[in-house]
Amino acid sequence: MSGTKSVGRFISDNAVSIIFLTIGLAAVPFCGISIPGIIQEMLTRLGRNAFLVVALLLPIYAGMGLNFGMVLGAMAGQVGLVFAVDWNIIGVPGLVFAALIGTPISIFLGWFCGVILNKAKGREMVTGYILAFFMNGIYQFFVLYVMGTIIPIRTANIVLSRGYGLRNTLDISGLKQTLDNLLLWNVGSGDWQFSLPIASYIVLAFLCLFVVWFKKTKLGQDMRAVGNDMTVANAAGIPVERTRIIAIIISTVLACYGQIIFIQNMGTLATYTMHDSTGFFAIAAILVGGASAKRASISNIFIGVLLLHFLFIVTPRAGQFITGNAGIGEYFRQFIGYGVIAFSLVLYAWREKNDTNRLRAGWRGGPDQAAANAVAQGGAK
Amino acid sequence: MKNIKQFISDFGWPRIIILFFLVSLFVTAPFVGVRLDASISDVLARFGRNAIFVLALVPMVQSGCGLNFGLSIGILAGLLGAAVSLQFNVFGALGFGFGLAVAIPFAVLFGWLYGKLLNKVKGEEMTIAIYVGFASVMFMCIMWVILPFNNPNMVWAYAGTGLRTNLTVNEMDAAEFPHWRMILDDFLAIRMGPFFKFPTGILLFVAFCAFLVRLFMRTRTGTALTAVGSNPDYARASGVSVDRMRTVSVVVSTVLGAVGSLVYSQSYGFAQLYLGPLLMPFAAIAALLIGGASVKKASIVNVIVGAFLFQGLLTMTPSVINSIVKSDMSEVVRVIVSNGIILYALTRKTKVSK
Repeated sequence: MSGTKSVGRFISDNAVSIIFLTIGLAAVPFCGISIPGIIQEMLTRLGRNAFLVVALLLPIYAGMGLNFGMVLGAMAGQVGLVFAVDWNIIGVPGLVFAALIGTPISIFLGWFCGVILNKAKGREMVTGYILAFFMNGIYQFFVLYVMGTIIPIRTANIVLSRGYGLRNTLDISGLKQTLDNLLLWNVGSGDWQFSLPIASYIVLAFLCLFVVWFKKTKLGQDMRAVGNDMTVANAAGIPVERTRIIAIIISTVLACYGQIIFIQNMGTLATYTMHDSTGFFAIAAILVGGASAKRASISNIFIGVLLLHFLFIVTPRAGQFITGNAGIGEYFRQFIGYGVIAFSLVLYAWREKNDTNRLRAGWRGGPDQAAANAVAQGGAK
Repeated sequence: MKNIKQFISDFGWPRIIILFFLVSLFVTAPFVGVRLDASISDVLARFGRNAIFVLALVPMVQSGCGLNFGLSIGILAGLLGAAVSLQFNVFGALGFGFGLAVAIPFAVLFGWLYGKLLNKVKGEEMTIAIYVGFASVMFMCIMWVILPFNNPNMVWAYAGTGLRTNLTVNEMDAAEFPHWRMILDDFLAIRMGPFFKFPTGILLFVAFCAFLVRLFMRTRTGTALTAVGSNPDYARASGVSVDRMRTVSVVVSTVLGAVGSLVYSQSYGFAQLYLGPLLMPFAAIAALLIGGASVKKASIVNVIVGAFLFQGLLTMTPSVINSIVKSDMSEVVRVIVSNGIILYALTRKTKVSK
């Protein structure tokens, strides 16, 4: 009895991941990519994307939902990379240089984002989303009109022919995959040989350790308290607004570093569009990994990145195969991405409503009293 | 003095700044070689084109569902109607009417489903609406490719299938159609000189729609809907079904979105398929908020004022600013202003009803 119950519980807790895993597996036979090919692609994308997804964790702990404003950090990272290219600093030092430039910018942007979100409590997600659009306008203005006029750019071939503003695509061959190739291990043999970007994985591992450590610090504990209940936290003497701002600042700075890692792996910098999809990919990944806007863990991130990119690799090709039309691949990919986000947000919001109703029924002495107690205890933890 | 202060705080500084900015743009226009009559004509046409989208947001704001970021669902229903009408080569006013007749049932169906969904996620409507809207647009992108349209004027010439994407400088994907282009704009239009046209038809149509919405909001259903928005518990206690009223508001909003989409298409001369509808809700929302609406309250006056101010800004900023700085900054200005105003509305503490 308890066995079937726990299986049911497992399925309902991981419904999003299970549904999308099933879709992905069903698509594998139609996609025409070999299984080792799929695995290699997933391993590469893990190194490329996971860092950005980790950036989402702290705001979730602080009860601010999914940080759509992480795009601000991505923009800061891109500005850093532009300067690294302009000053012609190549290799890993170039990446570090970009991160050094990006850090103060992203701290400022994170502070700004935190202040705005504090004014929109309860609407953080949609506000963060619009804030990202708004800052995108400022960013465009900055790279199109300020760079090359007020801020001098020395390298002529990254500037538009009119004399100011940056080109659409910047060549970053001096930085391309320098972190990945720092420690590239080849594992296995024959068809099943995989190359693993160990250096990227090590950076990622340190980041995860940082998050685990941070959760145990005073500040980390405060963050959880604020996330649970702002009023209670305030009564306990925790500076609520300040804690929330710090969560967003750390998230933005991490997004900045994550974007630098992402771009070095991609090998080109699409100046005006690259950050657009940053938040979209990261949020889709963490949701498909089983996180919700209120609860997330490091395992959600790894499951999510692997599963989402598994879907991205196999489903567009399978879609093309099934419909017999080559033109729909990109639309299909975006449909899956947006669909994942919409579907998981709906499912979690719906489940939360059900939980609340059950809790209420329990308090009234209804049949679900045990469940209500369990939920109440879970909340108290 | 106190009254003025009160008025300013009610009206909001951003709106006053935008108003003054717009007025100063109109004043400077003749000095930098921008024709005033052509500009006014442009503003009027664009106002007509976009006002119905803005109007479509009102019912959902009133019923407490927030800003309808998923308006694109209605727009897609409208595009479906337009595409079917073009497929069968129905010309003139009949073609426009046929498009409406096809679009509205789809809009009711989509709106009903969308409303049911939003009822399950109370409190998170806006975030979810953004993604439901995006996912729908992407789904329809796939559909535009694989649906069996085969009118040679609409599909790719070499493949014979897949609706046309006409990539222009603005990256608009469009299927051109002369069938009922300007059918409303040119109705009873008053022309003065080569540059000025007063688009009587489209303005009358907008007024008619606004009148209908106003009438609807005054009916029993409309009042119940507003009650649900201002105090759901009280509404429920007075015997109003909260979920039902919310669904009604979403359906009305989606149908208006579909109508607006056809009106937009006839005036613009293109049905913008594929990624065209993706960001349209954001422009409509910015306009509504500029007009003085909040996340919880919106009126027809907000719609008219907002659509006029926002479209005025979009028309005048590029022509005037570009003539001054000799460079195309319009897109950047548009992005900053429209999102800035949405951001302002979201961060404002919603006042207790007044």
